Formats: sequence, C-alpha cells, structure tokens
Amino acid sequence: MDALAGKVDAAVDPMVPIPFRITRVIREIPGVFTWHLKAFDRRPFWFRPGQFNMVYQFGVGEIPVSISGDCREPETLVHTIRAVGPVTNAMQQLRVGATVGIRGPFGRPWPVDEVVGNDIIFVTSTIGLAPLRPLIYEVLHRRADFGKVVICYGTRGTDDIMYEDWLHRWRARFDTNVHLTVHSAPSGYRGRVGGVVSAIKAARIDWQAAQAFVCRSEALTRQAVDALGALGVTTDRIWVTLERNMQCAVGLCGHCQLGPTFVCKDGPVYRFDQIEPLYSVREL
Amino acid sequence: MVEIVGLEGILSHHPFAQGMPADELATISGCCSNAVYHPGDYIFRENEPADHFFLIREGLVSLEIHVPQGPPIVVETLESGEIFGWGWLIPPYKWSNDARASAQVRLLKLDGACLRGKMDNNRSLGYEIYKRFLPIMARRLATSRLRIVELAIEPPVHPRRRT
Repeated sequence: MDALAGKVDAAVDPMVPIPFRITRVIREIPGVFTWHLKAFDRRPFWFRPGQFNMVYQFGVGEIPVSISGDCREPETLVHTIRAVGPVTNAMQQLRVGATVGIRGPFGRPWPVDEVVGNDIIFVTSTIGLAPLRPLIYEVLHRRADFGKVVICYGTRGTDDIMYEDWLHRWRARFDTNVHLTVHSAPSGYRGRVGGVVSAIKAARIDWQAAQAFVCRSEALTRQAVDALGALGVTTDRIWVTLERNMQCAVGLCGHCQLGPTFVCKDGPVYRFDQIEPLYSVREL
Repeated sequence: MVEIVGLEGILSHHPFAQGMPADELATISGCCSNAVYHPGDYIFRENEPADHFFLIREGLVSLEIHVPQGPPIVVETLESGEIFGWGWLIPPYKWSNDARASAQVRLLKLDGACLRGKMDNNRSLGYEIYKRFLPIMARRLATSRLRIVELAIEPPVHPRRRT
C-alpha cells in the first residue's frame, strides 16, 4: 500500500525557493557530501522516491539534485551532492547552520506500485546510488510486497564506495543481496573486481519476471541494459533515470528537452523501452 | 555409494564444453588435469611461458597487473564457470598478467602446448576452441573500453583518510 498517497504536496509556487537550514553535513567520499536539511517552518517535506529538487545557494546559483533520503522521514530532507562545478563547489564549503533555498519536489518518481510482486534488481555505480537510495528504502519498508531484492553496485575503487554503512546494513539483511564490484583493487582484496555487469551476472533472481532499476551515467546505461537483456529482462521491465540541464523544473524553459519529452516534467525516471529510440540519436 | 566422475565428465559440465562434439571433448580431456590453489597462491605470473589455460570449477581468481615500485593491482576477478588464460593461443605464448587465487580455487588445467599441436592437425578442434575463446576476448575488450569511458567521465577520487 502506498503510504504516501495524498501526502505529496503540489508545490505552492514551484518557482519560489523555500528556505531550509543545513542541520548535518556528511563527507561521503572526497568531493561528495550529504546534507540533512530542515525547513525553517518545520513543515514535513513529502516526496516520492526518484524525485528531485532545485537547490539554490543564494547568490551563487541553482542546481537540480535528486533526493536521497527516506520518503517516510519527511522531517529531514536529504541531498547528496558531488562537487563538480562552480555551484556545487561553493555548496561544498557550506557548514551546518547555513541556509539554502529548495524548490520541489519535481519529476516523475520510480514506479514502486507498478512492480509489486516482482523480483527487484537495482543496478548503479558510484554516485548513482544516491537517486536510488529512496527507492531502496521504500522497497525494504514494503519488503513483503516484493520477491527477491538484489543491489548491484559498482565503483571505481575501494575508496569511493558511497553509503558504505548502508551497503553493510543491506547486505546484513537475510532478505536482500548486495553485489559490490570495483574497477581495481589492491592485491589481496577478496571482493569482486570488474564492471558492474559482473555483479549483475552474480545475481540469482527470476529474470523472466524481474524489474530492473538502473541509475548510472547515460554512456554506461546501455551496457547495463544489454547485460540485463541477455539474461531475459525485457526493456519494458527496465527503468532508468536521466540527467539533463534542468533550470525551471516545470517544463517551461526547454533546457532539459529530450526529443519529445522534458526530463524535468516527464522524467527523470523513464521506462527504457519508451526512450530507447532517443538513446541512439547523437547530440540530442 | 560415491560415484567416481572422470575428467571428461567434469569437463563436459563446464560452460566451456557446452555444445562441443564428443570427439573434440575426448581430445581435450586428454590434455586436462585437476588443480587446486590456496588463497594467495600464484596460478601464473606475467612473462612466464603460457602453456596452459584454466576453467574455474570453484573459487575466485584475481587477475593482477604488476606496477613497478608499487603493489600489484587487481583488475578483474573471475568466478566459477569462467575461463582464463589465452596467452597459450597467441605468440609469443607468454602471460601478460598475474593470476592469483583469492580463495581456495579448484580448476581444470588444460595443457595448451599439447592442444596447439593437436589443433594444427585437427582444424575442427581448433575451430571449436577458437569459437569459445573469441567471444570471451571480444567481451573483455568491450568491457575494458567501457571501463575507460567510465574512468574518463567519473571524476577521480583521492583515497580517503581512514581515522
């Protein structure tokens, strides 16, 4: 049962940032940090897994960021951000107590209710785990609604494993499998080394009835989709999330247009068969 | 009662031998032996003569690359059902990396030098062998290229300080 039914607010004015205070900063891996945020008016922030916010550092700029917290804990909004540009580098300097503006939540969420009863496989790498984490939380909250649950996670090395504590917790559950792989490791490492495809192949689920959630760089999504396809997961059972230059977040400005869709409004989550033709179009 | 299964029986159940004609399977079995390696053991080392290839029955094998003035780096691990070692197929028949047991490993070890001679005289056997090695080589090449892409688009991470 969807615990969030009726709770997700339509933004009062989607163009006006609401002030939030940073209550906690976690340095995940070098260059990646997580903020815990609370609204000044203490109102809960309801969202669905897969949605994103526009996060505004006053005087610097605004960026789209997936929500990476638990949608059942709306008192705290959680964002994980990688410092890669001027705005995110400035955000990395902010400390507890600083104020940022939030617009959202925006976008089409992961389709949790549509996949009830199926085996679930999550495929992600490096910071791609952040947009998937709310969905993993939700699936595990509703664990009895699903078959087997497998998380396949790839990183560059043993030093850039995101949410390591959470991966340990998920792996420790008797009803969840975690397959971790790294691109390279020091000699003597006892885990799996290789691409995320090797982690997918290690999964033991009902491929004919599995639903896959893929969140990685677009250049690498195709590789995961092909690997899943070879095992029997058809593209109408694969869900992906896209990143584009989102600015207004309400489908007006057109910066995030991808062929006939606006990623901010129609995405960022898509069923793969619905956008597959766009994947082969260059410079789109 | 314990059923004793010969090497040909074990080999025929490995994915490598799926669909292989009986004659070729019998020929390959004649060049096959069992091998067990303990954690940390080297199975082969870079630049040594490559006269074998291996089918993993059980365990985890690390392929490592020696880095001058540094510890070796594990670039891939292989598991049960996989094949490794194609140096025996390509002159000058030398290993291009190290292979090491990450856990206790049970392998089928095939004598490549013996098979090379047999393949020269039996083109059908050669075709069956190449048919099994080429897709693996192509897949690993494609995987390596994608890993280059991934490394190129992901910002580098500096080792975290463990406190």
